[in-house]
Amino acid sequence: MREAETTSKVAVTCTVNGVAHTVEAYSMMRLLDVLREDLRLTGTKEGCGEGECGACSVMLNGELVNSCLIPIAQVEGANIKTIEGISLSDEQLHGVQEAFIVCGGAQCGICTPGMVIAAVHLLERNPTPDDAEIRDALAGNLCRCTGYVKIFEAVVHACRNRKA
Amino acid sequence: MPKHVIGRTVPRKEGRDKVTGRARYIDDLHFPDMLYGTTVRSPSPRGRIKSISFDEGLPWDEFVIVTAKDVPGMNAVALILLDQPYLADGSVNHREEPVLLLAHHDKYLLEEARRAVHIEIEPLPAVFTLEDSVNRREIIWGEDNVFKSFLVDKGNVDEAWDKADFIVEGEYWTGAQEQLYIENNGCIAIANEAEGVTVWGSMQCPYYVHKALVKLFDLPENKIRVIQVETGGGFGGKEEYPSMIAGHAALLAWKSGKPVKLVYDRAEDMAATTKRHPSKTRHRTAVSRDGKLLAMEIDFVVDGGAYATLSSVVLSRGTIHAAGPYYCENVRIKSCAVATNVPPHGAFRGFGAPQSIFALERHMDKIARTIGLSAEELRRRNFIQEGETTATGQVIRERVEMAKLLERAFELSDYQEKRERFTRENDASRIKRGIGFASFMHGAGFTGSGEEFLRSIVGAEATREGRVRVLAASTEIGQGTNTIFAQIAAEALRLEYEDIDMAQPDTANVPDSGPTVASRTCMIVGKLVESAALGLQQTLVRSGFLKDDYTPDEWRAACAGYIEEFGTLKSYSQYKQPEGTHWDDEKYQGDAYGAFAWAVYVAEVTVDTLTYEARVVDFVALQEVGRVIHPVLAAGQIEGGVAQGIGFTLFENVVWQDGRMHNSQMTNYIIPTSADIPPIRVFFEENHAQQGPAGGAKGIGELPMDGAAPAILNAIENAIGIGVNHVPLMPEALMHVMKEGASARG
Repeated sequence: MREAETTSKVAVTCTVNGVAHTVEAYSMMRLLDVLREDLRLTGTKEGCGEGECGACSVMLNGELVNSCLIPIAQVEGANIKTIEGISLSDEQLHGVQEAFIVCGGAQCGICTPGMVIAAVHLLERNPTPDDAEIRDALAGNLCRCTGYVKIFEAVVHACRNRKA
Repeated sequence: MPKHVIGRTVPRKEGRDKVTGRARYIDDLHFPDMLYGTTVRSPSPRGRIKSISFDEGLPWDEFVIVTAKDVPGMNAVALILLDQPYLADGSVNHREEPVLLLAHHDKYLLEEARRAVHIEIEPLPAVFTLEDSVNRREIIWGEDNVFKSFLVDKGNVDEAWDKADFIVEGEYWTGAQEQLYIENNGCIAIANEAEGVTVWGSMQCPYYVHKALVKLFDLPENKIRVIQVETGGGFGGKEEYPSMIAGHAALLAWKSGKPVKLVYDRAEDMAATTKRHPSKTRHRTAVSRDGKLLAMEIDFVVDGGAYATLSSVVLSRGTIHAAGPYYCENVRIKSCAVATNVPPHGAFRGFGAPQSIFALERHMDKIARTIGLSAEELRRRNFIQEGETTATGQVIRERVEMAKLLERAFELSDYQEKRERFTRENDASRIKRGIGFASFMHGAGFTGSGEEFLRSIVGAEATREGRVRVLAASTEIGQGTNTIFAQIAAEALRLEYEDIDMAQPDTANVPDSGPTVASRTCMIVGKLVESAALGLQQTLVRSGFLKDDYTPDEWRAACAGYIEEFGTLKSYSQYKQPEGTHWDDEKYQGDAYGAFAWAVYVAEVTVDTLTYEARVVDFVALQEVGRVIHPVLAAGQIEGGVAQGIGFTLFENVVWQDGRMHNSQMTNYIIPTSADIPPIRVFFEENHAQQGPAGGAKGIGELPMDGAAPAILNAIENAIGIGVNHVPLMPEALMHVMKEGASARG
């Protein structure tokens, strides 16, 4: 990365959780680091740094991505949503967040922001996923605590509550 | 009068912070003027350090550089033995041994600098396998490579062989396993002569870190402060190694005078920190024609890696669990933990028991087959009963109904029907189906005299408003400590769950309630939470502020009145060994554990004879864990443990290359994903143990790690007719044994 220092920083403008930001960064900086260090949005976590664990999942123009694999230059003009942008307000959680609490979908909590983002992304595209679709949609997000059972239950619970 | 809080699914205390991303983990914290730290490690598995050199072209004067000569106190991580240095001094004993530390403001430049430090080693012969160590191909530790050995001797094994109708032998192997908490290890330290040393970190045991830093800096206890921050999983992997990282961060902070953050990346965490001990177990069993176990001779060896660390206690738990939930008059267990030139192995959920239980439960199936009984009938004829003794001579004083558990687990899994159907259908199918089970137990709390030695303390403090704060060093690492402690305190005081707060584990503010390990948090520490809370009530009643029978409002008024008059209202409770408990550390005889949890797990598998892929397609986990405090958290513990067990059995293969983990990435060390996990169906039998809190809760955390591996391999044997006696069982190995048509390793 030090080689990046020999090149100059670039200004990148993007919208994060509805707020426009312009950051000065080397073009190969990871979106993950810009979110966590420049914008201090530390809800997005680093688990592996190589796109395997999904702890750093965010939505980029509505698509689910691993922010550790996205160079900052790629997000020019993009719309990004992180875990900090999921709650409806400071008091009111998103249905998926509520469901994670009720069903025990969060244990240690480190995979939870990424898992919640992946689940929200699934339900935005498919409001009534079946078991196989839930498993498939979450297969890019690793959890070591739950064995995934309570996470599946949380997604199902969130669907039901939305219908009700 | 509030409703009962025990047995209710209350929301996790820190749940809201976790689902919103507001929970702050170590890497989320930032201090002004903070430096980043990194570790330069040995390039060689064993040898003498000849020189350390630094590439030209980097601004080395900007870096903080720490080596062994900068250590102000004792250069050893204080744990059980003092053999593991913080920084290698003269020689190295494994490929990841820390030799030098660097810190700098710019973490990218820091990484470049780490690669620009060259440590030249004059190599010495190294030992990489358990067998080479046992055979003393090279002496690499002490006089004989042995960290610790145990002998458990019950009855007279030698006299039993002549009377046996059958003698059944077997050999069983388990591999290393990475804990793979999704949050890597890390600490931040501030350290200077004036203020002493303060460390924030991801950890299970703040007082372990505290003890280690006292020695490392040779400072009084009150000059060291350790604070656990939100911790993203542990599973044993953050029991001991945080003492190392905390020390390294603190050494850099001490030398630089600035805060230092030392957070590992995944590759470093996987390669350098502890993993589950690989093991080898030999069984020789004398059995009568009617299926009674007459004598069990068990040799159990674990690979401890380069330093002693926790190997002696891992070995102890593995040894005591090696004879399982069966009664046998004559048992001899010989065990040892040996040294190899790999990074030290350490605590991982189950702590030796999954290894020895794997061996036993595979062996029980082999015995059944040999003598012509069904696997379940053999076990039924040998299950331990109330009043009988375990291998260490511990009389089981609680109700134990393994046969009933077995029967219920079989009903829940349709075991008999499936077993018959699979046998009928398998011949004609490319996909072979199988079903198998394991029956086992897991002791809660420290082994033997361990709890008596720890003498843990918990505090409870009431506020003027009548809120109660629990003061304990037991950490929330995902398993639910905060939540169940609050439930236990609320129930004891007849308050609402919401009236209870949990103090952050901070050695400056909470007493030492012992490490968060060994399935002890609920049963042992939870009991202390209960008695500390009740202490508040007693104080208020005795001082006349409260009647025996009270409403929450009366409670609040009493707290306000008492604090008005006396200033503070606190109560502490310290562990006392229950009367009649005896343990002999020399003979390894006596009451090994305060209570056992009992279980029968049933696994259903498919084996694809074309791809050699084995999959678990259904899993029933039935256990008796005493009183269930929180049904959702309890089930979550079992589901998570079973998933790790499935990983241990079929996915997680540490590839070693000259003493180094070769596949230290999530890309090539595979843990189960949501697509790999079968339905895990969890059931509890409740039996109120005498010792535990809230009417008898026992330990639960480690139990589910024990049963999956043998149940799955027993099911695979049922599917393909070939027994395999090692885990992990990767498709390549399955292909090999199926092509050979005989069991691997005998």
